Amino acid sequence: MNETTYVQLLDLACGVFLLAAVLVLWRRRLAAIVRLFAIQGAALAGLVAVLAVHQHDAELGAVAVGILLLRAIALPILLRRALQAAGETRETQPLVNVAASLLAAAVLALLAYAVTQPVVRLSPSPASHAVPVAVTVLLLGFFVLVTRHRALSQLAGFLLMDNGITAAAFLTTAGVPLVVELGVSFDVLLAVLVLQVLTTRMRAAFGSTDLDELRELHD
Amino acid sequence: MITLLLAPIALPALAALGYTVLGWQRRTAWLGTLAAAGSLASGIALATIVTGSRPRTVLGGLLRVDALSAYMVIVIGAIAVLAMAASPAYLAGEFAAGHTNARTARRYGTLTQAFIAAMNTAVLAASLGVLWAAIEATTILTAFLVGHRHTRGSVEAAWKYVVVCSVGIALAFLGIVLLNYAAVHTGLPAAHAMDWTSLTANAHALDHGVTRIAVALLVLGFGTKTGLAPMHAWLPDAHSQAPAPVSALMSGVLLSVAFYAILRVKVISDAALGGGFARTLLLIVALASLTVAAALLLAQRDYKRMLAYHSIEHMGLLALGAAAGSQLALAAVLLHVLGHGLAKAVLFLSAGHLHQALGSSHIHAVRGLAGRAPLLAGTLGVGLLALLGLPPFSLFASELGMFRAGFAAGLGWAVSLALLSMLVIFAAVASHAGDMLLGTRTDPPAERDPASAVALRLPATAAAALLAGLATCAVLGVTAWPLRALLHAAALVAAGT
Repeated sequence: MNETTYVQLLDLACGVFLLAAVLVLWRRRLAAIVRLFAIQGAALAGLVAVLAVHQHDAELGAVAVGILLLRAIALPILLRRALQAAGETRETQPLVNVAASLLAAAVLALLAYAVTQPVVRLSPSPASHAVPVAVTVLLLGFFVLVTRHRALSQLAGFLLMDNGITAAAFLTTAGVPLVVELGVSFDVLLAVLVLQVLTTRMRAAFGSTDLDELRELHD
Repeated sequence: MITLLLAPIALPALAALGYTVLGWQRRTAWLGTLAAAGSLASGIALATIVTGSRPRTVLGGLLRVDALSAYMVIVIGAIAVLAMAASPAYLAGEFAAGHTNARTARRYGTLTQAFIAAMNTAVLAASLGVLWAAIEATTILTAFLVGHRHTRGSVEAAWKYVVVCSVGIALAFLGIVLLNYAAVHTGLPAAHAMDWTSLTANAHALDHGVTRIAVALLVLGFGTKTGLAPMHAWLPDAHSQAPAPVSALMSGVLLSVAFYAILRVKVISDAALGGGFARTLLLIVALASLTVAAALLLAQRDYKRMLAYHSIEHMGLLALGAAAGSQLALAAVLLHVLGHGLAKAVLFLSAGHLHQALGSSHIHAVRGLAGRAPLLAGTLGVGLLALLGLPPFSLFASELGMFRAGFAAGLGWAVSLALLSMLVIFAAVASHAGDMLLGTRTDPPAERDPASAVALRLPATAAAALLAGLATCAVLGVTAWPLRALLHAAALVAAGT
């Protein structure tokens, strides 16, 4: 693959990756959010695959396949199952409306570009120029996490953050040591399983997974 | 050497396996205590080997022990012994009240032991990556322990705990990624870029801009798990809803293990950026934590939450001591970790027993405890005195040490602000404690349940654990000689010299 194709494919993958995160802010239906999350997982896998081909690194190629299986297939299936069990399909009352959310997304993107300046400066390359995109997705995930009420939307926010961090890891150094990367993926899977069990329990205890009802503990 | 270094991880892991296979029965109830005592003993053995000698590495550079790691293994072991020794009596009470059954008791045994093994892995890790994975594992293992009772409150606490801590630890991971990026650019081979030794050796060459972002993310991320403000929101809920021995472990050691990670990061940050950057970050979180704790302790009505906020205060003090950064300050910080762990474990175990007997965690429900249950009132009262920093307990000595070091480092204004918060906290906790121990009961004598007086009596095994914890804390306050050489060596490691 020549340099131009590499840069174009990399930018395409990053674009889809970012767009999926922005659309999560726009959509209210939880089923749509899960679908967007699967698309984002596929874009992340594509991003790693492009890097693997460019660096002629077979190990990285295997990691790309692993990411595709985990983030585009396994996690969305888990989320969809939790969604069906919950039987609720809409985020009813986000703290911030769609227009304001999209405006906030623009501000967060600017913030991400400002903060990651030193990272790009340290070694300017097509990959490190895309790091601000990864950090934007991280911040968008955090935004979803704090402004949504439904337990499942919060879960989706956490997973967006995690996708952003994973993308940053691959864009900076083509991955931290593989052991750590495997540990991270395993941890994410476990955390999601734990949260899924807790949502089930929460429905048993509260009758719904709306975190607004979590008013037992406060000062 | 390799057996000794693996023992603190392998013994609790084997005990966890034992509980999975055999379940929690009369015969296996003391297995956990035995494993904790074994890991404490191997911690002491490791400490005698590495004090005044070079650090040892095993398993192809995966695990490493120096004086600081050995000290943390001792702290984890000591508090684990207390918590595990009180567990049989606690679970017997839960069985009697119908809050637990054979299945959940088996899970309790397995998860607590795996939790101890994960904490020992964290402090013995040779690299930042392994440390991170171990700390994340503690979140997942304790999530079900927090939600042990399946009540509304405990499920809510567990949800908040997992979400907030996972977010924090994810930010720490981004910090690791960026530090790795900077380290690889100094020419370190990628496989060893995250090892303490190579990172510290190459710290001077790290890119300043990237390292600054990385250190800020790492302090924020591990600070979440340490319960430092502004990421402390999960702590009062999780610590007040978990079973008492688990609260003792979480509050007594898990917070300190996360703080240990901050100390390690600070060594790298100081070498790469000079002392000022980490000091500013630590001062901000320290003063914020002390203020939050003081504000929320004033009107507290729940004694378990009171203890939880008290932990936030002590973590703030540790951060203040670390910000001072001299060798005296760090020795005091490390002594404070042990003293706080012991006293807080005793208090959470006493509070757990109180909660079991009275069925309520309201301060008003406890009034007049000194007349009803003198022994329990004694452990609770003396434990609170220890935590408030009164002599002869070791927290008095360590707080004095931190303040002296703070003034010497030119942080007099921060120490004064901290003392002001502590004064407020002292007044608040003392008045709550007075209410609980000596206050007059408002319920008419005719309605009093005679069963609660029986239930308040402490079982002998639990009483022995509580008294042993308080005695150790007092002895360490009078003379720290058994630990002096180790504390000195560990403070040298934490100071990065």
